Amino acid sequence: MIELRNVAYNYGGAALFSDLSLVLAPGSFHFLTGPSGAGKTTLLKLCYAELTATSGQVMLFGEDGRTLSRDAIALARRRIGVVHQDCQFLDHLPLAENVALPLTVAGRKGDKAQDLTELLNWVGLGGQADQLPPSLSGGERQRAALARAVIMSPDVVLADEPTGNVDWEMSQRLLALLVELNKMGKAVLIATHDLNLIRAAKAQVPARILRLRGGKLQSAGVDL
Amino acid sequence: MGRFLALIAGDSQADRAVPPTGFTAQLTVFTAGAMAFLAVFALSLSLATGRLADRWASELARTATLRISAPVDQMAAQTAAAIRLLQTTPGVASARALTADEEKALLAPWFGAELPVDSLPIPQLIEIIEDADGFDPTGLRARLQAEVPGAVLDDHTRWREPLVEAAGRLRLLGWLALVLIAGATGAMITLAAQSALAANAQVIRVLRLVGARDLYIARAFVRRFTFRALIGAAAGTVAGMAAVFLLPSGDVAGGFLPGFGLQGVHWLYPVAIPPLAAAVAFVATRAAALRSLQEQS
Repeated sequence: MIELRNVAYNYGGAALFSDLSLVLAPGSFHFLTGPSGAGKTTLLKLCYAELTATSGQVMLFGEDGRTLSRDAIALARRRIGVVHQDCQFLDHLPLAENVALPLTVAGRKGDKAQDLTELLNWVGLGGQADQLPPSLSGGERQRAALARAVIMSPDVVLADEPTGNVDWEMSQRLLALLVELNKMGKAVLIATHDLNLIRAAKAQVPARILRLRGGKLQSAGVDL
Repeated sequence: MGRFLALIAGDSQADRAVPPTGFTAQLTVFTAGAMAFLAVFALSLSLATGRLADRWASELARTATLRISAPVDQMAAQTAAAIRLLQTTPGVASARALTADEEKALLAPWFGAELPVDSLPIPQLIEIIEDADGFDPTGLRARLQAEVPGAVLDDHTRWREPLVEAAGRLRLLGWLALVLIAGATGAMITLAAQSALAANAQVIRVLRLVGARDLYIARAFVRRFTFRALIGAAAGTVAGMAAVFLLPSGDVAGGFLPGFGLQGVHWLYPVAIPPLAAAVAFVATRAAALRSLQEQS
């Protein structure tokens, strides 16, 4: 679904990484680890075309990202659920509307009212549906961001430290959500430093662990 | 056209994506209102000068004046001779000598109402009204020279043309002012739209993240600015029309000027200003939004 072929990305004149290849196939589950500043977030941004590779190819659902029109990229993003580290929202809209935003943009809000309620309850935000994002804690924002990322049942989920601000119990609930999606054939890529999360996932799905270091992507064991 | 109709139909969900408040809202409403107010005056000026030009052109074109300067004892005889000559001239519908009171009224604006006309050597004026075909001024002058040596024919051509030309240019200036007002409105709304887009960078980023197309994002801004411009322009137009209504009428200038207010069906013309302002806002905001969204990527 998403494939990086010999991708290089320069930042500030220096190569952040080069000759990097990655395939996010249907049903795959990847963890991306590596030291801070290694380029994990950048790699995620390349996967949903927020950034453009300096060289190499980023294939989005079979199409070369460089040849896609702006509209085509927007449509491709509807098939990719993204959780950012900074969890940005529309601060003037209630939480429920923020979570439903992908549906609203796609003109499908009416179809999924029940799903929205269930999803908010699953991530423990059923009681905060009417609250505005600025009033939420960091953990609540993270859960809301994950809910927003999966509301459209996207083909690919890209999550950048999705459990960094939540307790262990909630992180297991969020992981369970991603695992369920993965079992439905969705591709999942999670950038994280949380080894416990990785171990918990490995117990449930055949997750592949990738380590980004020195501009190279390598397979790694669960003990890293 | 389809996109304009889509705008009118609206997308309340897209509208909600952008925060409803901000100084650009007041700026747009105020700008549209002020520009509409000025546009009413420019329109009024243009229409009034148009009327003025038409009036001068038509009224003066159908009249001429014969001025008889003669010794007092010959004045009556030369006047009578001139009248007889004019009555037999093809193209002259009527000719009559102005009375002393009429001549006094003509001179009053310059010399005051108490002017002793009888004691002054004032030429006798004869008003000539042409028929539809008009007379031949060259032929008439030749006959007058032979039969009424003290008569000078003024067919108004010398001063009618510059007056009509001046009025025509005033009318043009009025229309030019309208175009400039429309351009200034577009520029101001463009700046306001760009400011709103910059202030909502996070909103745009979030919308893009969830797959919103540029047109979807732009539409939220475009529809909002278009309606703000419409509302502001409607208020400005009403205020402008009220101000024009309260202008002094042309009668206070002794009928010399036609009055710069609106007359008759012309009162309907300013009704077009609010939709035109909305159209200007639509075009300006859409162009600014799409350009800005392209630059932000």
